[in-house]
Amino acid sequence: MMNHPLVKWIDHRLPIITLMNKELNEYPTPRNLNYWWNFGSLAGIILVIMILTGIVLAMQYTPHKDYAFDSVERIMRDVNFGWMLRYIHANGASFFFIVVYIHIFRGLYYGSYKAPRELLWMIGVVILIVMMATAFMGYVLPWGQMSFWGATVITNLFSAVPVFGEAIVTWLWGGFSVDNATLNRFFALHYLLPFVLVAIVVLHLWALHRFGSNNPLGIDAKGPQDKIPFNPYYTIKDAFGLGVCLIFFAWFVFFAPNYLGHPDNYIPANPLSTPAHIVPEWYFLPFYAILRSIDNKLLGVVAMFASIFVLFILPWLDRSPVRSGKFRPIFKLFFWVLVLDCIVLGICGAKPAEGKWLYISRIGTFWYFLHFFVIIPLLGILERPRPLPASISEPVLKAPAE
Amino acid sequence: MGVVATGAAVWPLADSMNPSAEVLALASTEVDLSPVAEGQRISVFWRGKPVFVDRRTAEQIKAAEEVPMDELPDPQLDEARVQKPEWLVLVGVCTHLGCIPLGQKTGEPRGEYGGWFCPCHGSHYDTSGRIRKGPAPLNLEVPPYSFVEDEVILIG
Ligand code: HEM
Ligand code: FES
Repeated sequence: MMNHPLVKWIDHRLPIITLMNKELNEYPTPRNLNYWWNFGSLAGIILVIMILTGIVLAMQYTPHKDYAFDSVERIMRDVNFGWMLRYIHANGASFFFIVVYIHIFRGLYYGSYKAPRELLWMIGVVILIVMMATAFMGYVLPWGQMSFWGATVITNLFSAVPVFGEAIVTWLWGGFSVDNATLNRFFALHYLLPFVLVAIVVLHLWALHRFGSNNPLGIDAKGPQDKIPFNPYYTIKDAFGLGVCLIFFAWFVFFAPNYLGHPDNYIPANPLSTPAHIVPEWYFLPFYAILRSIDNKLLGVVAMFASIFVLFILPWLDRSPVRSGKFRPIFKLFFWVLVLDCIVLGICGAKPAEGKWLYISRIGTFWYFLHFFVIIPLLGILERPRPLPASISEPVLKAPAE
Repeated sequence: MGVVATGAAVWPLADSMNPSAEVLALASTEVDLSPVAEGQRISVFWRGKPVFVDRRTAEQIKAAEEVPMDELPDPQLDEARVQKPEWLVLVGVCTHLGCIPLGQKTGEPRGEYGGWFCPCHGSHYDTSGRIRKGPAPLNLEVPPYSFVEDEVILIG
């Protein structure tokens, strides 16, 4: 194909074909990547799925408080394949978060945030935050009870800002409560932000390709013998992973489409009555638990934001020169405790904030910050890592023949 | 220079997101209080939020007036929160994160202090609408209102 005269004509004037060939085809990749490395490309594909289904949904959706709920019901009942597109979009948001959370924990375990990939990691945290904003605003669009009250509670987080809080919230709402103006702007932003995400993902990949992928051993490639071309080796591995992911995805979309949702969102929004238990979408639950674990409005909000922002400074909190958790026996243990802690916080976030759940979420919140601010820095100094292999290919070549 | 010019360019964009003229114009509501019996609570709609009107009983007023100030997270005398002690008028929005507290309808929980209870994160308000327990930092807001007649108020 590269030799077709038209391709050559274009490539000479705009070397986009050369660029794509270099970055997506020949691109040298460590030869030892395991399946945890599939989740980045999966996230990219889900973003594309969200944009495609979102655009056609937007053609049928009405961003007005009197029509939004009914327009979504019309999508479900009357629009050709509307039910499927909406269920793909709604469950796609959940899968997006599953995949991205696994992707992040992969980075945490293998030390992918360490030099020289700090900026790559920080751009990833920005992606997470923009994703959260997008998903939050998307959930408001169907204008059900959870949409409305979720929007009210989350926008009110900003009222905790000293002095300007009230003015900021009024500005966010465009009124004195969550109302039509709010719905309208959330729709505008929900349409915009995914395209902003695409741009940030390009930066993410640009930073990635500067030094190439990290790998399960966390050591740098010593030469061409440690790398293989992306295509066909990793295209095929990613394609296989995609197939597996889509099987689970299809199961949710076709057999349990509302399992991850909340039934109250099928009740139209009512500004005069708050549902007995407001719970956010599952992917926000750990953060919600942190918010509620502190009995002070401002501090609760600060802790919640801090739990995400701490990821920005993680590359400087972890001073250990060894990247991969494989060679860090104590770090590895605490890594799994952190995973457990996040799951426990997620469960607490779904329960009412009282009695034993409140205590558990307080312990969970305490541990979360202890992990990042005390355990990680101390391990960097105190832990003795196991010896590292001399190169990526060494463990393979030295392994006893079977 | 550049900063001023950028500011001048960004301000109209940002300010366009603030409440528009027609939203500001809808800002007052008149309420006839005569049908409300002693001990009864009603909700009216003002600026997209509920306003609670509570015709308090003598015991409720007494309870509200007798609370020592040092027991209150946001200290305020009951008399500073009402124009006529019988009528308590409040914005029915929890000062924590904006849920509507329970207690307006008969049978709903009124919390440990007999006023209102917010189920979202467990805030308790007393018979003067003051915060007593839970994460909310402030008392329920008293909206601007005036008695246009003996039993008619204008909110806003
Ligand atoms: C980052 C990618 C995206 C995420 C995470 C996301 C998330 C969501 C979520 C959680 C909902 C609520 C689903 C429900 O419960 O009904 C939603 C609804 C919606 N989204 Fe998105 N979305 C994304 C991209 C887009 C794009 C690019 C568009 C338009 C171009 C779009 C248009 C819509 C529309 C019209 C609705 C309302 C219809 C419905 O409720 O299904 N979305 N989105
Ligand atoms: S919104 Fe009322 S307690 Fe949180």
